[in-house]
Amino acid sequence: MKNWKEKIIRLLLVASASISILIVLSIFLFLGKEALPFAFDPGLSALWGTRWIPVSFKEELFGLLPLLTGSILVTVLATAIMIPFGVLGAVYIAEIARGPERDILKPFIEILTAIPSVVIGFFGLVVLSPIIKNIFHLNTGLTALSGAVLLALMAIPTVISISEDAIRSVPKSYKEASLALGAKRLQTIFSVIVPAALPGIIAAIMLGIGRVIGETMVVLMVTGNAAKITFNPMSSVRTMTATIAAEMGEVAFGSHHYRALFWVGIILLLITFGLNVIAQKVLKRYRTVE
Amino acid sequence: MNTTSKTMLILLLGVILFSGCSKNKNNVDYITVKGSDTMVHLASNWAEAYMKTHPRADISVTGGGSGTGIAALLNGTTDICIASRKIKPKEIQLAKEKGIKPVEFTTARDGIALVVNPSNPISALTIEQIGKIYTGAYTNWSQLGAPDNPIVVLSRESSSGTFVFFQKRVMNKKDYTRNAMLMPSTSAIIQTVSQDKLAIGYVGLGYAVEAGPKVKMLKVIDKPGSPAIAPSVETVQAGTYAIARPLYFYTKGEPTGSVKAFLDFVLSDEGQKIVLETGYVPVH
Repeated sequence: MKNWKEKIIRLLLVASASISILIVLSIFLFLGKEALPFAFDPGLSALWGTRWIPVSFKEELFGLLPLLTGSILVTVLATAIMIPFGVLGAVYIAEIARGPERDILKPFIEILTAIPSVVIGFFGLVVLSPIIKNIFHLNTGLTALSGAVLLALMAIPTVISISEDAIRSVPKSYKEASLALGAKRLQTIFSVIVPAALPGIIAAIMLGIGRVIGETMVVLMVTGNAAKITFNPMSSVRTMTATIAAEMGEVAFGSHHYRALFWVGIILLLITFGLNVIAQKVLKRYRTVE
Repeated sequence: MNTTSKTMLILLLGVILFSGCSKNKNNVDYITVKGSDTMVHLASNWAEAYMKTHPRADISVTGGGSGTGIAALLNGTTDICIASRKIKPKEIQLAKEKGIKPVEFTTARDGIALVVNPSNPISALTIEQIGKIYTGAYTNWSQLGAPDNPIVVLSRESSSGTFVFFQKRVMNKKDYTRNAMLMPSTSAIIQTVSQDKLAIGYVGLGYAVEAGPKVKMLKVIDKPGSPAIAPSVETVQAGTYAIARPLYFYTKGEPTGSVKAFLDFVLSDEGQKIVLETGYVPVH
């Protein structure tokens, strides 16, 4: 009886552990199935265009480049904002902050992850975008920069908590050796501890980027969604995620537009998948080094 | 063994409960309504009023867009499709393949108001001028007689029925300028126009009226020489306001039974009074 029970429990555990593999595989399969006909009818070269005009009385164009550059611009900006705040924050919490300080800082940083993205987006639309508009004397505050600031805000907690773990797991002997050699505290932190924790910090940044590139609601609400190729942070952009979210609801089933949106999804999935694989590899290396 | 019998008991209870549920459902006239986000608010008001007088009716209203609604009608997952545009030939073809004949009813009218910031000196534009703003031929307010400032063009998302209607009626079916900012919702347009002095946007008349003094509605001149008409219930109903459209119900074949009863209610004086109260324009 006991043996039988244990077997069932074991089976349940295996099933729940492997279900995520099954889900990832079936998502890839499903995306591929819905996207594939596009490769034959208009042809994949249609995706390599500079204009995204999915609804038109003249000619529907499905050039992904403006969406890709939009996503890249927002992600690069958000990463540039996220890295200094995330890494320095982690250094402070792990090495400098004392007990009570840490007890206050950590929960607040964690609360940031719990705010729903639609709330952050609304905050961006009503509060942040007018501020950015006034600071830079723009015509409108709905820009790539506004989106990037909010996305950085959302990704910073991830970066901080994983970087902090990495910094903490640097062996104490490194720090002691450095201090014993006469290095000052800041010298020790930035010349010994941070370099030693670098693989973990890089993995944290990668995961942060993964979150930024996949975020939808915030960019949909504050980046203005104009599909044009630009690398100006003060310009409005349209990201891949916002495009899928905004257009999938109304698209005619089986149309070219529908299939093109699945291609957007595939490219997005490949990017985030790649980022995750790199992050995992880096993390693994750093764990084995340890 | 004890646990097993307990599980059995729970299962048995579950079965009894579920069978009770399904029995209950037989006494209810269940109607699903799905489609245009423009019409969701209106349709739920109709449904609420109808369910008050018909306690056996249970109507669920969901949005998603006119295209989603029509797709749902063709897939058989909804009884009534609400649509802010006419069914496309492609969709009629698809319906034919499935052996469905969609039947159309005009249930209300909607006016599209152009809104600008209250500080904007312009008060009337011709259809041609508006079209040129949205296609990108005009990029500066000075081209329209206002001070020299760039125009911030706001549009709905391309998934919106309003997007396509506006493109057809105002922009002569040309493409939107690539600088047009596509806003995810009507309230985002109102919000942005109320903050940005240089912005222009289009929204349903009901929403523009509701926004009150936060935005300024522009008068529209249909053709050069014709009078400037302010958007309002009266002008939309009279057909003098140029940017207006009908709102439709689509049913699978001629409606019967509870669907027909609901449709009759919608088209009755009482139903049309709700149209007016929701900010749209009655058909009669």
